[in-house]
Amino acid sequence: MTEKAAMQALARLVPTGSRVLDLGCGNGAMLDYLQRERGCSGYGVEIDDANVLACVQRGVDVIQLNLDEGLALFDDNSFDVVLQIDTLQHLRNAETMLRETARVGRTGVVAFPNFAHWPNRLSILRGRMPVTRRLPYQWYDTPNIRVGTYKDFEVLATKNSLRILDAFGLQEGQEVRWLPNARAGTAVFHFEHA
Amino acid sequence: MSFFATPQSMHFPEVLPLQSGASLRDYHLAYETYGTLNADRSNAVLVCHALNASHHVAGVYAGQDKSEGWWDNMIGPGKPVDTDRFFVIGVNNLGSCFGSTGPMHTHPDTGEVYGADFPVVTVEDWVNAQARLLDRLGILQLAAVLGGSLGGMQALSWTLQYPERMRHAVVVASAPNLTAENIAFNEVARRAIVTDPDFHGGHFYRHGVIPKRGLRIARMIGHITYLSDDVMNEKFGRQLREGLELKYSTQDIEFQIESYLRYQGDKFSDYFDANTYLLITRALDYFDPARVHGGNLTRALARATAKFLLVSFTTDWRFSPQRSREIVKALLDNRRSVSYAEIDAPHGHDAFLLDDARYMGVMRSYFDSISKEVQP
Repeated sequence: MTEKAAMQALARLVPTGSRVLDLGCGNGAMLDYLQRERGCSGYGVEIDDANVLACVQRGVDVIQLNLDEGLALFDDNSFDVVLQIDTLQHLRNAETMLRETARVGRTGVVAFPNFAHWPNRLSILRGRMPVTRRLPYQWYDTPNIRVGTYKDFEVLATKNSLRILDAFGLQEGQEVRWLPNARAGTAVFHFEHA
Repeated sequence: MSFFATPQSMHFPEVLPLQSGASLRDYHLAYETYGTLNADRSNAVLVCHALNASHHVAGVYAGQDKSEGWWDNMIGPGKPVDTDRFFVIGVNNLGSCFGSTGPMHTHPDTGEVYGADFPVVTVEDWVNAQARLLDRLGILQLAAVLGGSLGGMQALSWTLQYPERMRHAVVVASAPNLTAENIAFNEVARRAIVTDPDFHGGHFYRHGVIPKRGLRIARMIGHITYLSDDVMNEKFGRQLREGLELKYSTQDIEFQIESYLRYQGDKFSDYFDANTYLLITRALDYFDPARVHGGNLTRALARATAKFLLVSFTTDWRFSPQRSREIVKALLDNRRSVSYAEIDAPHGHDAFLLDDARYMGVMRSYFDSISKEVQP
């Protein structure tokens, strides 16, 4: 989900001037955008060497860390917004990290591939795991070790006492607010801890 | 082919008060510079050295084979710290044996060689002396202070002692203080030196001897801690020094690793000063900026305003990634600008002096971004 429109749709959830922590920040494009366009500050967290290098190259502060080891470096409520964009699906301890996101940030934004998007459902009906532009991997080599749906996340958020401030789907960079669980390839949740 | 470096020396007649309450006067600092100071004097980078290094950071000495500076792979024209863009200063610390005033020099009050009477110097004292050198060179603010290991401690201390005089701190394979285990290694090395019959309480110069046995053992133990188990196994394994048959001797060299350590120890004892070894390991032990803040590193680093890059190496057990993360956490708590790279390199603590593409890439990129802030 590197498309500019999708990035802008997510950036709209980050108030101007926010202090942001971007978990799994990739090459730092989102933080770079938030710093330049929305006057934000903050840090990215990345495990991958090439991504860490890319962040340093573009002048985005980055901390090299394995998210599966937790967020002990970060204090409670020390960020206005914690982002988890296309990160959750790679985490072994996705629920713990969701709680950590809520602990460290006053608000959180989570975006991940929605497995209930209709092309995926169709593929399952045919008896095969989906291989799409959004989920381009075969079942046996996918880095997406946590597959879930828009609706699944609502349940997980409630279980962890998160108050959902906004939720929608994203498809081709456009917000999908009608039947997002079927009509959007990406699920987006903006929440705070209750 | 590297460029030619020229060692220089600056004389300071004035008194330098030391943290211990003692003072030094009439001292020299040996230093080298590479590159050109720009018109607004904003492109200076200070490089701080670790235990057994010096002001000779980069380049070679004319007419001397194998005289590359100790960080020649990092610093020079076109290197990660590019001397075509930065004015780089290497300075030898007080108490060293490579040119700056140290225990083998003459005490101006007594006319005798200092020996064991050279005052204990701390990281903070070194930083104060370095700042005076910059005064004399006409540099008000550094683009960056850079150091690895004990050099990284100096870079960190710079951010607390002279926050307004620097914009970036690059702290590699370092720590906010030494752990008990780390102090213990230093103590073994010091005991090896001090109990050498040739040490004479530190006044061995008068006796025309050098406590080489102690120095050798100090270096051997140090060397073990700079490597990782993996890299030692890969390099030496259980290889015998000669042939395939065991000698069944308790005193002959049997294994390749023994031969290597003895060689390193011998080499070191030929050029390093015993009192310097004691002084520098003590400076390592004493460094602890959080101490006056009840051990709270977050409060200690509140004074720092520099932007930070920290780098650690996964197999470095002498200055482990965990120690760098403590510094990162304290900076995050203070909302300072910080980037942190944890390089998965096999070479232990030594990795900070070696070429690793990821390490070099991060350093190059960071210094690229600093160079964009300064006038050409």
